[in-house]
Formats: sequence, structure tokens, C-alpha cells
Amino acid sequence: MKRRRALAARIVGAVALAALAGCAAAPSKDDPFEPMNRALFGVHEVTDQYVMKPAIDAYTAVVPRLVRTGVSNFFNNLDDLYSGINALLQGKPDKAGNDFGRVMLNSFVMGGIFDLASDIGIERGSEDFGQTFGAWGMPQGPYLFVPIFGPTTVRDGAGWGVRIYASLIGFIPDVPVRNSLYGIGAVDIRAQATDAISIADTASLDKYRFIRNAYLQRRRYLLYDGQPPPEKDDE
Amino acid sequence: MMQRMRQGFRSAAAVCAIALFTAAVAQAQESPEALVKRVSEDVIATIKADPLVQAGNQARIREVMETRLLPNFDFARMTALAMGKNWRAATPEQQQRLTDEFRTLLVRTYSGALNKYRDETIEYKPLRMNPGDTDVTVRTAVLKPGGAPVQIDYSMAKSPSGWKAYDVIVGGVSLVTNYRDEFNEQIRSGGVDGLLKTLADKNRGAPAK
Repeated sequence: MKRRRALAARIVGAVALAALAGCAAAPSKDDPFEPMNRALFGVHEVTDQYVMKPAIDAYTAVVPRLVRTGVSNFFNNLDDLYSGINALLQGKPDKAGNDFGRVMLNSFVMGGIFDLASDIGIERGSEDFGQTFGAWGMPQGPYLFVPIFGPTTVRDGAGWGVRIYASLIGFIPDVPVRNSLYGIGAVDIRAQATDAISIADTASLDKYRFIRNAYLQRRRYLLYDGQPPPEKDDE
Repeated sequence: MMQRMRQGFRSAAAVCAIALFTAAVAQAQESPEALVKRVSEDVIATIKADPLVQAGNQARIREVMETRLLPNFDFARMTALAMGKNWRAATPEQQQRLTDEFRTLLVRTYSGALNKYRDETIEYKPLRMNPGDTDVTVRTAVLKPGGAPVQIDYSMAKSPSGWKAYDVIVGGVSLVTNYRDEFNEQIRSGGVDGLLKTLADKNRGAPAK
């Protein structure tokens, strides 16, 4: 009980600090909700430190690396399927063929826990519903920071909505199995991001801004399939 | 006797000078692509073979970076680009200090990541370059088992002492562009000295706010 109250106090403190920092910052055209986002980022940082990070540490300590790779491969294989669907939706049949080829090969071998396709040189695709909406002309919309989930935008968030709604795991009738898979999926994503997060810790002057800039640059790069047009300079 | 020895010394010195000169020319003429490949493979071979690096010894990791990696980067240009229009507003003395602090920050960041290298392989994409080009992007991809390939591109410019990298773009995220917004914001709220202080505090180990 005491610990819970201490955690609550920390969250309130972090939110207050983040909100103050947000008021001081210049508004960015991509991030009109910066004060709110900073507050949510504060919540995220505290929950990440006290809930997600201990879970990841336990996961990496208890589960051997080979098994963790298998878990990543399993979820990556599902992502590859959706990458293929989105490549089709964006009118890129070659990319779709590549993704579906990967899924067929990897699913055939032990249900996707080995990534044989990468071993023989079929690289992973990275299409998703957020990019499909972008390719269809939907504007990016404001940047949003969602605790535990991480950085996103209105467009990418809509993409995730579709992805979760259409998720194969969602069709599993057994609720505990389904929820366990969601849980393991979340832990897997966070575990894979650990190195990137530790870089953001040392590299950033303002971690919130650093993550926002990196996220928006990365999404732009993916939307243009690695060939983004030069950004017009505000200088 | 003495006379002949002296002559011998003189011709040996001449041979050495010629050899050094040729090496310098060869280095200056090395293509940017070949340079990236040579330096990457040299650094990888060193960190793989070095037990101190593998054990995460920060002093040794920094030594490897300082001697083998960093001479191939143009930190002044990197800092100028990250500063954008504010660079001209800084005095030469501030510019020098900014370059030093930014360099330290980058070294601190990447020395923490260097010993995480395991069984990744690097793929070097063919470079399309015209003979007179002085500014190119060398494209590479880091492939690791069980993960998506990570594209790492180096923006490089030709200098009198060979090609130097002035930006690194990881998976589409440009280092310089990412810092430009952070630098701008620091300067907007505290001026160039404010940015200098933030960088110095960060380098002395203060956590990010």
C-alpha cells in the first residue's frame, strides 16, 4: 500500500514536471499537444521503470536467448503477413510477394519460430496500416505519446487500431491464451527496443524531443520506402 | 667512410619520405565506399578480438574509437550542421567548445553500444558516384540473425586529408537532423551558452530531463 502510494506520488511529480517543461517549449507543427504528450511521457517513464523494465529484466534473465529469438520470430512472422497485406493495399505486388513468400516459408518450418527466410537472404518488409493510410493520402495528424505503447501519430494510431482489430491473435477463442499472447508480444517488443532506449538515455538533451524527432524521421523514411524527398528547411 | 654513411642515411630518408607520401596519396584517393568498408572491418575485427572490449571496458573501447574510428569523422562540420543558422551566431571560441562537447557526447553514446556487437554482418551497397563528386552517401545495412536489417548510411565529404563522414543516418533517422531540433530548442531558451552548459552537464553524467 505504501509502495503504491509512493509510486502514485512519483507519477504525479513526473506529470507536473513534464507539464511545466511542456509549457516552456516552443510549439512544433507536428506536436500541437506537446504539454499533454509530455505529461503522458512522464507517466510512461515511471511505469516503464517500475513495471515494464523489471518484467523485461526478468524475461531476459529467465528465458534463454534462443527461446527469446524464437518468440521474436513468431511475432515477426505475424507482422510479415500484415506487411504483405499492406504492400498489396499500397499497390506494391513485388514487396507483397516477398513478404508472403517469407510467411509461407517460415510458417511451414516450425510455425514461424525460425526465421529461415532471412537466413537465405529474403529480407523482412516493413509495411503497416499507418503507411498504407499515408500512401492513400491521409495526413499524418498530430504526434501522440501513449504510455506503455510509445510514440505514434493520429494516422499511425489509426493503423494500429486496424491492426489490432484484424489481428489473428484476436480470433483465438480462449481468453487466457489470447491475453498471454498479447502480454508476451508486448514484452517482446519492449525487449527488442532495450538497446535503442538506452541510446536515447545517453544521447538526448531532452529525451521527449529526441524520441519524437527520431520517431517522426523514421516514419517518414518508411512511408517513402527509404527514399524520402529532402525536407524543406526552416532555416 | 662517414661520408658514405651519411649518403646512405640520406637515401634511406628519401625512400621513407617517398613511401609516406605514396601512402598519403593512396589514402586521399581511397574511395569513400572503400574507406567505410576498411574502417568498419578494422573496428569490428578489433572489438571481436579484444577481450577488454568484450568485457565492456569503457577506457579500452574509447581508445579503439579514438584511434580507429573518429579520425574519419568531421566533427566541426557535424556540429555546424546540427546548429543550423545558430552556428554563425556563435563565436569561434564557442564553436570550438561546442564541437568538443558534441564530440564527447557522441563518443559517450556510441562507446556504450559498441560492445553489444555480436554476430551482425555488414552489407556494403554499391556506390553510384561520378568522378568529380565531393559529397556522397555510402549505404550499408547491418544484418543480424532474427531481426530486420538496419540501414546505416554515411554522408561523406571530400577533404584534403581524405573522405570524412559528417552525418550518420540509422534506419532513416539522421543524427544531425535529430540534434538540430534539440540544439535549436536549447539555444532558444538559453542561448549558445545555455546549450554549451546542457552539453557539458550531460557529458559529466547528469541524466536527461
